[in-house]
Amino acid sequence: MDTTGTLFLPPANSTLASEVDPLWGFLFWSSTIMFAIVMAMIAFFVIKYRRRGQDTLTTGNAHNAPLEIAWTVIPTILVMIIFIWGFKSYIKFYVAPKDALEINVTGQKWFWSFDYPGGANSVSDITVPVGKPVKLLMSSKDVLHSFYVPNFRIKMDVLPNRYTTAWFEATAVGDYQIFCTEYCGKGHSEMLGKVKVVGEREFAEWLEKSSGMGEGLSLEEFGAQLYKSRACNTCHTLDGKKLVGPTFKGLFGREEAMTDGTRLVADENYLRESMLDPKAHIVNGYDPVMPTYQGILKDRQIDALIAFIKAQQ
Amino acid sequence: MEPTIPQTHYLNSPKGLKSWLFTLDHKRIGIMYFAAIMFFFFFAGLLAIILRTELLNPGRDLMDAEAYNRFFTLHGAIMIFLFIIPSIPAALGNFLLPLMIGAKDVAFPRLNLASWYVFVGGAIFGIYSLISGGADTGWTFYTPYSTSTTSSVSSMLLAAFILGFSSIFTGLNFIVTIHKLRAPGQTWFKLPLMVWALYATALIQVLATPVLAITLVLLLLERTMGIGIFDPAMGGDPVLYQHFFWFYSHPAVYIMILPGMGIISELISHMSHRKIFGYNAIAYSSFGIALVSFLVWGHHMFTSGQSELAAVIFSFLTFFVGIPSGVKVFNWVMTLYKGSISLATPMLYALSFLVLFTIGGLTGIFLGALSVDIHVHDTYFVVAHFHYVMMGGTVMALLGGIHFWWPKMFGKRYNEFWAATSAIIIFIGFNMTFFTQFILGAQGMPRRYYTYIDQYQSLHVFSTYGAWVLGLGFLIMAIYFIHSLIKGKPAGNNPWGAIGFEWETASPPPTENFVTQPVVTHGPYDYDKVLIPREMPTRSEKVAR
Repeated sequence: MDTTGTLFLPPANSTLASEVDPLWGFLFWSSTIMFAIVMAMIAFFVIKYRRRGQDTLTTGNAHNAPLEIAWTVIPTILVMIIFIWGFKSYIKFYVAPKDALEINVTGQKWFWSFDYPGGANSVSDITVPVGKPVKLLMSSKDVLHSFYVPNFRIKMDVLPNRYTTAWFEATAVGDYQIFCTEYCGKGHSEMLGKVKVVGEREFAEWLEKSSGMGEGLSLEEFGAQLYKSRACNTCHTLDGKKLVGPTFKGLFGREEAMTDGTRLVADENYLRESMLDPKAHIVNGYDPVMPTYQGILKDRQIDALIAFIKAQQ
Repeated sequence: MEPTIPQTHYLNSPKGLKSWLFTLDHKRIGIMYFAAIMFFFFFAGLLAIILRTELLNPGRDLMDAEAYNRFFTLHGAIMIFLFIIPSIPAALGNFLLPLMIGAKDVAFPRLNLASWYVFVGGAIFGIYSLISGGADTGWTFYTPYSTSTTSSVSSMLLAAFILGFSSIFTGLNFIVTIHKLRAPGQTWFKLPLMVWALYATALIQVLATPVLAITLVLLLLERTMGIGIFDPAMGGDPVLYQHFFWFYSHPAVYIMILPGMGIISELISHMSHRKIFGYNAIAYSSFGIALVSFLVWGHHMFTSGQSELAAVIFSFLTFFVGIPSGVKVFNWVMTLYKGSISLATPMLYALSFLVLFTIGGLTGIFLGALSVDIHVHDTYFVVAHFHYVMMGGTVMALLGGIHFWWPKMFGKRYNEFWAATSAIIIFIGFNMTFFTQFILGAQGMPRRYYTYIDQYQSLHVFSTYGAWVLGLGFLIMAIYFIHSLIKGKPAGNNPWGAIGFEWETASPPPTENFVTQPVVTHGPYDYDKVLIPREMPTRSEKVAR
């Protein structure tokens, strides 16, 4: 398995990649050869028949049936080979093995969330076991998105009205980039994540830990964990900088003017409402773009996040 | 003897702004289109340079994500609807078609003028959308984003809707003109290949554009009145929108490239004084392309959630659109064989076209292969591919055509040294900008990204430098063309020694095109029978003097 990548392709880290990359190689080399032949002919003719001095009548043929048939038939055969090859590997991409681990994927502006069998969930990053097929059952909460992992050579649009699927089997432990590749507005280019491929045992441990409620941690420590794992950090900073949403620094206890004209103090109840019904009160100068975390965050997790925000003074 | 410019010609008689605004002369309407499309080309080109500059670094350089999204939408929408679709047919085609078939004008001169005013009307809606904040949907207006965003989408949709009518008017006019107004003796197989290409293009314009119009109206109804057609929240289906949209927009790709192929057939034959190789094959392949172009729209949707069976059928059919394009390239290359090849600027653009269009075509094969497309779909690989076909293809052909017929349009020469220099700079800048994007895309860089992860930066930087080089090339071009209009030397009636009715009349032509009705006495590319003296010396001959 090639895991270093080439000038063109990123490293190949899934079983599908080893189906697709040889076709890519065939396409690359046959086009390069075709291109070189055409360019060599052009260069040769332009140099050899360049106009020098007086114009004369030219005598070249305007027709040559065998030549014309040849350059129609040969490319047709070549593209049919490519079609069948592309078709065969596409079917492998399409049909997931029966024993695949099924994970639900939800796309929304502008993050991914993942639900695992057994109740665990995660945001932005998906953790999967190495060497085991994983089937993604995907849907969107708002507009179109598209789930793309270059190292696995998989991509599938995520739609609001139906489920689409994709599957992969990672061949090496590591972190692999997830992109959204269907334009979805302001945060499109930051709708990123990682596929974290881990060993079978680490995966079991991870599952147990993430279905947990931060046992053994203080609320504030658990909140700090959630701040990253639930992707609060893509829109809210801790250092006072303004992103899509207000910074958490000094947020607790601050009085803010709302777009509906009221003034509110950011207390525990306001923070809770902002997570569960974020469009209820919007701070002046911000767009109502935050998605609801209703159903994603459990009560102890909300308590933990509030404790974490309180600590950012 | 140095050539002179005739006393009266279509540009100066009659005089006055009103005589232009109410003109029925196809040449003047062509020039008015030409001015409009060049304005939009430079404007949208400037947007492209700003976009590339923003991408020099990840994160914010010049603007925020919202502004960036509006800029790339504008760049795409203007380039497609206001520049490239009308570019060759409505500007050069309008000017050339009656001249090439020995006619006084197109069949319906008033409809022709109406098409220009409809175009301007559509453009005004586009500009209104721009000043009222601009749309941020991408030129494809995918739902449900386009029905839910608060940006100025409706006026942009109306603009595209109205512009479609101007395109249909031009297409209809050309079909009738080609059928009814050909010179005595000019049978179908004695037509210049540019005319065949314009005919095939006109068929697509008339048959496909109404589908776009209907789609945009449905989208408008959904957006303004909440009628659920595409938005799943209202019981619609967003994939249906994509089917409708690409049913027009894939054939539209051939509205853009077929006329370019027509120009290249002319340039290669006339600039190498060599009978075109495979006239029939080139003529028929235009129709083959036009026909198959209606059957391949689903290859834009391999990852969209359409059925797998549909994806497989569309992939299969897609490869058949590649074959006639390949046949054309081989014919052009064989036309060079045993020719007398001039390397003046129009030929430099024709050769650029051959190089860039071949790359564009071959990378299209990558995208037609299902499993490879899954990887590169919606990445910079696609962006690079369509810029190679549209800019490396259509725009290079357009520029070659402008340089070839400029002496006929304005009766003046341009500075050959600067023209050749700018052609070479544009070729280099283009490849720097877009070849890099093939690599970026294959590495996984998604399109329509305002910012990107660090590993892509060096390639982005190189691509941006390329865009600046490209901008420099076009700046030089603007300068020498303006210089030519003001101070250019008279070009003569037939500077290239080319066969064709348009070269038998004066430069610029009189309002009536021809003093006497021209008659066909030989084939359109009979350089093995007819020798016509050139009036424009080549670079090497100039040096020898």
